[in-house]
Amino acid sequence: MSRVDVRKTYKLFIGGKFPRSESGRTYPAASRRGKFQANVAQASRKDARDAVRAARAAQPGWAGATAYNRGQVLYRVAEMLEERRDQFASQVRAGEGVSSKRAEDLVSAAIDRWVWYAGWSDKVAQVGGNANPVAGPFFNISTPEPTGVVAVIAPQKSSLLGLVSVLAPVIVTGNTAVVLASADRPLPAVTLSEVLATSDVPGGVVNVLTGHTAEVAPHLATHADVNAIDVSGAVGAEGVTWGELEEAAAETLKRVRRPLTDEEPDYANEQSLSQILAFTEVKTVWHPKGA
Amino acid sequence: MTAFDYAPAPESPSVVDIASSYGLFINGEFTDAASGESLKTINPATEENLAEVAVAGEADVERAVRAARTAYERTWGPMPGSERAKYLFRIARLLAERSREFAVLEVLDNGKPIREARDVDIPQAAAHFFYYAGWADKLDYAGRGAAPRPHGVAAQVIPWNFPLLMLSWKIAPALAAGNTVVLKPAETTPLTALLFADLLQQAELPPGVVNIITGAGRTGADLIAHPDVDKVAFTGSTKVGKLIARQVAGTHKHATLELGGKAANIIFDDAPVDQAIEGIVNGIYFNAGQVCCAGSRLLVQESIADEVIDRLKARLSTLRVGDPMDKNTDVGAVNSAAQLKRITDLAEAGDAEGAVRWSAPWDLPTKGYWFPPTIFTQVASAHRIAREEIFGPVLSVLTFRTPDEAVAKANNTPYGLSAGVWTEKGSRILAMADKIRAGVVWANTFNKFDPTSPFGGYKESGYGREGGRHGLLPYLIEGGTQ
Amino acid sequence: MTSTANVRTDPGSRSGAAVAEQARSLVGAAELNNTALRRYLHGLPGVDQVGADARAAMLGTRSIKTTAKAWAIDTAISMIDLTTLEGADTPGKVRSLVAKAKTPDPSDPACPKPAAVCVYPDLVPEALTAIGDAGINVASVATAFPAGRASRQVRLADTRDAVAAGAHEVDMVIDRGAFLAGDYLKVYEDIVAVREACQSVTGDQRPAHLKVILETGELATYDNVRRASWLAMLAGADFIKTSTGKVSPAATLPVTVVMLEAVRDFLAATGAHVGVKPAGGIRTSKDAIKYLVAVNEVAGQDWLTPDLFRFGASSLLNDVLLQRQKLATGAYSGPDYVTID
Repeated sequence: MSRVDVRKTYKLFIGGKFPRSESGRTYPAASRRGKFQANVAQASRKDARDAVRAARAAQPGWAGATAYNRGQVLYRVAEMLEERRDQFASQVRAGEGVSSKRAEDLVSAAIDRWVWYAGWSDKVAQVGGNANPVAGPFFNISTPEPTGVVAVIAPQKSSLLGLVSVLAPVIVTGNTAVVLASADRPLPAVTLSEVLATSDVPGGVVNVLTGHTAEVAPHLATHADVNAIDVSGAVGAEGVTWGELEEAAAETLKRVRRPLTDEEPDYANEQSLSQILAFTEVKTVWHPKGA
Repeated sequence: MTAFDYAPAPESPSVVDIASSYGLFINGEFTDAASGESLKTINPATEENLAEVAVAGEADVERAVRAARTAYERTWGPMPGSERAKYLFRIARLLAERSREFAVLEVLDNGKPIREARDVDIPQAAAHFFYYAGWADKLDYAGRGAAPRPHGVAAQVIPWNFPLLMLSWKIAPALAAGNTVVLKPAETTPLTALLFADLLQQAELPPGVVNIITGAGRTGADLIAHPDVDKVAFTGSTKVGKLIARQVAGTHKHATLELGGKAANIIFDDAPVDQAIEGIVNGIYFNAGQVCCAGSRLLVQESIADEVIDRLKARLSTLRVGDPMDKNTDVGAVNSAAQLKRITDLAEAGDAEGAVRWSAPWDLPTKGYWFPPTIFTQVASAHRIAREEIFGPVLSVLTFRTPDEAVAKANNTPYGLSAGVWTEKGSRILAMADKIRAGVVWANTFNKFDPTSPFGGYKESGYGREGGRHGLLPYLIEGGTQ
Repeated sequence: MTSTANVRTDPGSRSGAAVAEQARSLVGAAELNNTALRRYLHGLPGVDQVGADARAAMLGTRSIKTTAKAWAIDTAISMIDLTTLEGADTPGKVRSLVAKAKTPDPSDPACPKPAAVCVYPDLVPEALTAIGDAGINVASVATAFPAGRASRQVRLADTRDAVAAGAHEVDMVIDRGAFLAGDYLKVYEDIVAVREACQSVTGDQRPAHLKVILETGELATYDNVRRASWLAMLAGADFIKTSTGKVSPAATLPVTVVMLEAVRDFLAATGAHVGVKPAGGIRTSKDAIKYLVAVNEVAGQDWLTPDLFRFGASSLLNDVLLQRQKLATGAYSGPDYVTID
């Protein structure tokens, strides 16, 4: 007789803790073949509000850490991802309906991507900033700084590589994130939360919500204490378009990262410095030079 | 000994010819507006009529965008960067050659003092073209990947506070990157943009590369809404900026928005106080405070607040307010009746909320739009004059006790355009500069601008940067993989 | 800091004890020593060089025309200390200089006269004789001018010589070496001693006015200029003066602006007016007018008098006279239409 396995309760990840949705709701996540995987928490707008609050609280500390430290913390996450690669592969295989080999390749790519972005932490300011030779006796320098709290609508299809590809560039510079996971393929996001919780990433730096995009994303887009939103993952989402989210974000003039096409891209190629810089503010400081 | 009364030293208006009416500059030529409508532009210092300018309607916008598209596809787009550069250098040189003409016209149409137009607006505009000219054939080095591409047609809408300078901030990087332009100057200050069109004819810039259409808000909205526009750049109010952000949402158009501000100018007790006073004065009375990055909130450490305010009042009493054409005028006219009303209303709100108003007893001209340089003391963060952008010569004075409190108060605004920090302690400057959420931090100086230096805001002050390498990026689409 | 039109208190009229008492009170110390002076002078607000330069440059853009220019030119002439300080100075040279001072423009008797002629101590008698009752002061440099590198004894003897010879004004140099070495007390005591020497007069001779030369070109920084200005004022200077004219740079507009700020603030702190004298390098009418604009807008109109503002200059006078003739006739004048001294 085979053993009855112990199943996990999938929860939200807010401020370093794993609460259930305040609404008490869950919804079933199924594999590509329609097999029941788990009940996941169905986040409400209040959960989104709590997540933003946690992200805001964590932001000054995360941005204030040295770039070297952030790089180390993020690299440690890659180590933990590697350790859990089988779990991720099995969730990706079931959720995305790909072969085991393909799933393992996707996990490898996701880990490598995380490492790539982690390495940028202490280079972004060098490559994205510069001294400006103004015509006068002034020291003048421009540097990219984190924009603050960033809402990330994770890609709907690419449940791990896509998620990592939009999350890592946000947090590497010192932003904190509220991630809304793929509505239909949320499990790798929840597992990633567990990785983050057991790594050295401070609570609140990454907050992960599972739920319906159309229900939660508009509240993130309009939230006045969110500085930027990546709506590229809303391509293919049910009940809401990225354009609607961008429009909702206009009232508070959020920085918006859009999709480049109407189809979800192949995330194998979605890796760039400009994606990091999209969530930075260039600050220019002047000072006179005199004796 | 009698007082040293400076005799009037008026700049002569005869250096510039103002036509009685102006058409739209489309495809290299001045043409009548199909709309048949026009508006008057006046001298805000005298309320005298200067000229009638055409109002571009939808059909005119259509013509202008089509001209820009054609030029993009046939001439400007295919042209090597090295050739584009030479046109921009030409423009820079022509601006320098005709600087006096532009300066005088700017003063007549805007109301700012000739000293500012002559020493800041026009030379900075020329310098902007000179700076970006050099980028046109070096785009591979801009940090946008290999062989970055222009967007196509850029729609640019600019404000009335620095008419020609804002034109240069918009047009120079757009053209350097290879875009073509349809630009709409502000309703109340169209004349230097129209004179610039004349300059473009002297430069023999190919037709359609830059089109200048005049009109009010409706014309700007039509232009931005045009489906064949690829890139939008706007400088103006946060209110309109939000409308534009909404309008371009979900489209292929990318926007650069340079919007309002409510900058804190922070004075610590160890500041170089005489220079800080100059910085405060320059911060809020430059261009009569009609500056988005104006240092409109003075945050002064409580231990020296009385001394600073006394010194400031004494300094203000030496400001020369009046005829903008006089070379010795420090503060000129407010740009329009509407702006004067806004300033007046907000100042009255300051009175009503219990702040204490002070201004020196200036004799203001009877004609024109004038508001005296004003200080409000005993202002609290909750007051409207501490939160809303006044866009006039009105300073709100608040106090703080510690660096952290200064940071908290400075950041306690939806805006984030600029800030000033005054202290002789180097490490404090760097710590403050780190913590202040603003796109430009002036330490021991204020209101400094340079073509090489990026400018632009955090939060509701907009997004994108203008000036410097960073100012080029919004006009480029990323090239090959980095 | 507000310049007021109230009655001026002349620092020179106060006793040495009063000056010392005021200095102790300002410094906030029962006894003046280097520690107390250092604490006080280094507690003055710093001067940002770039900002100070920018302020001076802005003042330099003022456009002074027609009636204002005429007023400024006459005022400038009346503020000149017409100077010759050469090793080759002779009685003849001094007589020629005085003649020029007495009749700056032979074609116009209404032309104002310079405030003073400035010479070395040994030539004071010659200058006094030549001036007669023309109402022009004789200023003498003293204290081992220009370097000041001599014992206090020698510096004081030099001063007493000048005063005994009848100099109305003494232009002393501070010991820049002591200042730069941080020995502020030595500089202070030097000035106090020279001031006493200036006031040691007999009969109906009036005490000599004391101008203290900071030699700002050697102090190098504006922070030092501000500190040295205050140190001199604490010690009872009637005037603070930029330069000897023997060191480059001599007077500059920003340095003068910093000194004008100092006298303005000293008035606010004590109620006493101290004068300012830029010297050396001011050669044109245009330059002189820029200085007057700075006086007007920084210190205030109280200072627009030869009692409180002087130009130490020689060639300046003729350039101002050329401009004066141009204003009167409308035609540009030439160097052969003004006299050389």
